[in-house]
Amino acid sequence: MAVDPQLQSELEKRGVFVMPVEFLYNWSRKSSIWPMQFGLACCAIEMIAAAAARYDIARFGAEVFRASPRQADLMIVAGTVTKKMAPLVVRLYNQMPEPKYVIAMGACAISGGPFKEGYNVLKGIDRYIPVDIHIPGCPPRPEALLHGLMALQEKISGQRLTDARWYDKNAPAELPVPQYGPHDLEPPYHPDVWKPPKP
Amino acid sequence: MNDPYLSQYLFVAVFFVVAVVFALAPLALVRLLAPRKPSPTKHATYECGLASRGDSWIQFRAGYYLYALVYVIFAVETVFLYPWAVAFGGLSFGAFVAMMVFVLLLVEGLVYAWAKGALDWK
Repeated sequence: MAVDPQLQSELEKRGVFVMPVEFLYNWSRKSSIWPMQFGLACCAIEMIAAAAARYDIARFGAEVFRASPRQADLMIVAGTVTKKMAPLVVRLYNQMPEPKYVIAMGACAISGGPFKEGYNVLKGIDRYIPVDIHIPGCPPRPEALLHGLMALQEKISGQRLTDARWYDKNAPAELPVPQYGPHDLEPPYHPDVWKPPKP
Repeated sequence: MNDPYLSQYLFVAVFFVVAVVFALAPLALVRLLAPRKPSPTKHATYECGLASRGDSWIQFRAGYYLYALVYVIFAVETVFLYPWAVAFGGLSFGAFVAMMVFVLLLVEGLVYAWAKGALDWK
């Protein structure tokens, strides 16, 4: 279905744009990524700065922070995820409509960060939900968040309609929510999403 | 349609059609494109990530309604008292009497509600 490049450029000179449906589909999705409005710790302050005038995340069409997971495309896990908070984050992820994406913002959301040895801190949100983009930093600057968003846009534009998992009827509709156990969350991770590194 | 006066209404017809299509086309597109993955969590009442408890259709006590209604007396009074206080120096005696009658009318309503026991929390 590829269009002859010479013909395409000739048509564009006359104001006619030819593109595959997939391009239009992905272009509309990546140009209006609506994040969910929630922050967990200090990274959220940087996220707010990215949304404000100086860094202006609206340039990427991602300024519409939704107060409800029903309307959100992107979950920015901005900050330390405590074990108390982890089931809530997973439940919010489950309540988001497909297709949904996750950005783990900052060292804490990626791995627990400086609190990795803490008894009450989850050692990375990717143990429970699939993370698309990891943004390192403590906290990452707004530029880093914007860069992560651009990386996510690149990822979205590379996705194919033919093997889109959100149209797959057999794919699970929600991930299991961890429970509070006597010592730790149960289970400590979801084997479908994350596997402990081999020693 | 050859009548030039009537043909001006063609614009209205075109606008009407465009408005209907503009409103319905996104709905049709959503039907076509939206991935459907229903699940119990997704349909549950949104409670900021906590497990949903009960129904969102709950009843409020009628007592709240009575309090709000009595509060309106003070709200209306304030709206009128401020401009009255600003212009107080230049007002005649007649205006003062008119304002007093207005305030007393509202106070009478408050006293009535009070006497009827609307302010008692039961």
